[in-house]
Amino acid sequence: MKKTPNQKAWFMVLPVLLLVAFSAIIPLMTVVNYSVQDTFGNNEFFWVGLEWFEEILHSERIHDALGRQALFTLIILSIEIPLGIFVALHMPKKNGLWSSLCLVLVALPLLIPWNVVGTIWQIFGRIDIGLLGYTLDKMGFDYNYTQDSFAAWATIIIMDVWHWTSLVVLLSYAGLKSIPDAYYQAAKIDQASRWSIFRYIELPKMKGVLLIAVLLRFMDSFMIYTEPFVVTGGGPGNATTFLSIDLVKMAIGQFDLGPAAAFSLIYFLVILLISWVFYTIMVHSDKEAG
Amino acid sequence: MSLILEDITLSSDGQPHIYQTNLTLEKATMNVLLGATLSGKTTLMRLMAGLDKPTSGRILWNGEDVTGKRVQDRDIAMVYQQFINYPSLSVYENIASPLRLMNKSRSEIDDAVKEAADLMKLSNFLDRKPLELSGGQQQRCALARALVKGAGLVLLDEPLANLDYKLREELRAEIPKIFEQSGAIFVYATTEPEEALLLGGNTATLSQGRITQFNKTPDVYHHPKDATTARIFSNPPMNFLNLNKKGTEVTFSDGTVASMLNSLADGEYLAGFRPNHLELHKHHENAIKFSAKLNVTEITGSETFLHLQHDDQAWVGLVHGVHDLNLGEDLSVYLDPSHIYTFSQEGELVLPASYAGEKR
Repeated sequence: MKKTPNQKAWFMVLPVLLLVAFSAIIPLMTVVNYSVQDTFGNNEFFWVGLEWFEEILHSERIHDALGRQALFTLIILSIEIPLGIFVALHMPKKNGLWSSLCLVLVALPLLIPWNVVGTIWQIFGRIDIGLLGYTLDKMGFDYNYTQDSFAAWATIIIMDVWHWTSLVVLLSYAGLKSIPDAYYQAAKIDQASRWSIFRYIELPKMKGVLLIAVLLRFMDSFMIYTEPFVVTGGGPGNATTFLSIDLVKMAIGQFDLGPAAAFSLIYFLVILLISWVFYTIMVHSDKEAG
Repeated sequence: MSLILEDITLSSDGQPHIYQTNLTLEKATMNVLLGATLSGKTTLMRLMAGLDKPTSGRILWNGEDVTGKRVQDRDIAMVYQQFINYPSLSVYENIASPLRLMNKSRSEIDDAVKEAADLMKLSNFLDRKPLELSGGQQQRCALARALVKGAGLVLLDEPLANLDYKLREELRAEIPKIFEQSGAIFVYATTEPEEALLLGGNTATLSQGRITQFNKTPDVYHHPKDATTARIFSNPPMNFLNLNKKGTEVTFSDGTVASMLNSLADGEYLAGFRPNHLELHKHHENAIKFSAKLNVTEITGSETFLHLQHDDQAWVGLVHGVHDLNLGEDLSVYLDPSHIYTFSQEGELVLPASYAGEKR
């Protein structure tokens, strides 16, 4: 059969091209456009080159926010990943009513909208009407998340652990369930200790899902906005002003469109870079460890 | 060294899984558990290992009651149908792992690992991870681990079932080697009669949670106690037909009359014969002629399986070579009467096939 050369096939990619253009490329380019211009209103813009980027990269305020953000993510990961694995190890493995019940209970926090989680904890922690805040206050603890930055951090971290450890639990649980029973029997017959079973069977077999869990939790916690915004609004002072809260303050509060656009792009690149590094290291070590 | 199962039963949720079982396995013997899937081979092994506790009865190891003893405290090694190795450890470390747990010295471990790896042809792969090996090598690694442990009871639960044909044949030859090395009690579960015959030793045939017979492998093969055992210990399964004995004449259910089985008392019986004893030509002067409809042929090259319909019985015949046969055709097939086992209608063996010789 003779082929008639034509360009019709290009129409096949057109829908995807349009979708990606409107959902990603055009909005991103708008941000890029803002990031290199300045305006004094009246919809008049003029070119400033990389000035905003330099300003953002040298801004003390952004450095502080980045530091807080990094600390927050580090704490979140070092609590949620081990805790998630720990809980998953103690979930019932046999299918039945009990394990279904556990799964539903564990999955519950994941089903609650983010701003609702924020509101729940905002009220829960209040010292006048909140169960937690009131109890702690009456027990003599100096707990007030609107004034004390340590209390604010503790509240937000506990809230995030409550909200997102479930994700790690579910992923680890799925990984654990996929290990054939024969592995455990073989280990038993080998007289392996509980720790060896975890170290040499469960952990290697869970590696794939744990990689996903770490990546997801890193990205999510690094971009956290809604919950701290609802609970503390970034306060007291700037104590819980994480990167995205700072960004919104800059873009919408102060209406500094240029710097905010430059900030967004840098923010985006930082997340991309760290995720890539994470992924490469873990996949690489996976190859080495088999 | 001996393992004795004394009146063992196992049931869960009121459902019996293993009916009352007595079994004595002697020192340095190869014991094959032969039975179809779900006949209870694995369950019985789990009981021997102590992974499950029997509902009633006792398990004696060297005369000592070990029924309630934890698996960890027993002297066992086990190899599974799946290839079970520690995924993150090298082949060397995998084989060494049971010795490390016994706190053996470094040089002792090294010697034992090298020796086992040599026997299992793994010497060139000691630095690899199990998943970088072929299926056969992975199973070798698991076998080496079991061997190195030097346990008194080695349980092999269909270790070759997940391997392809070639690898299975290759590895089959290794198992007697390990057995000779270890001097332990070996228990080997399989669904294939060929493996039982190849490994020799003793065979226990299992059917629906019961041991139907336990004896020396050739004895069980030649003198199956009942029709069930005969069916299990024949691949493809034994063929059957009814017969009626009266005076000196035997009338088969399809009306064929022959003069044979003189020592048999008058009455109704069940006759059984193995598929490889069915022939397409009359090689023997006494051979009885049956007619059967040919449904399917499976040709492997050196052998041909004939799936036949004889009266109301489905038969399988195994003949040598490739034959030019038409499907749906009525064939004449021949059977030497010395290959016929006679069972009572309840399935008990009445008269073994005369070719099998006297029971030892």
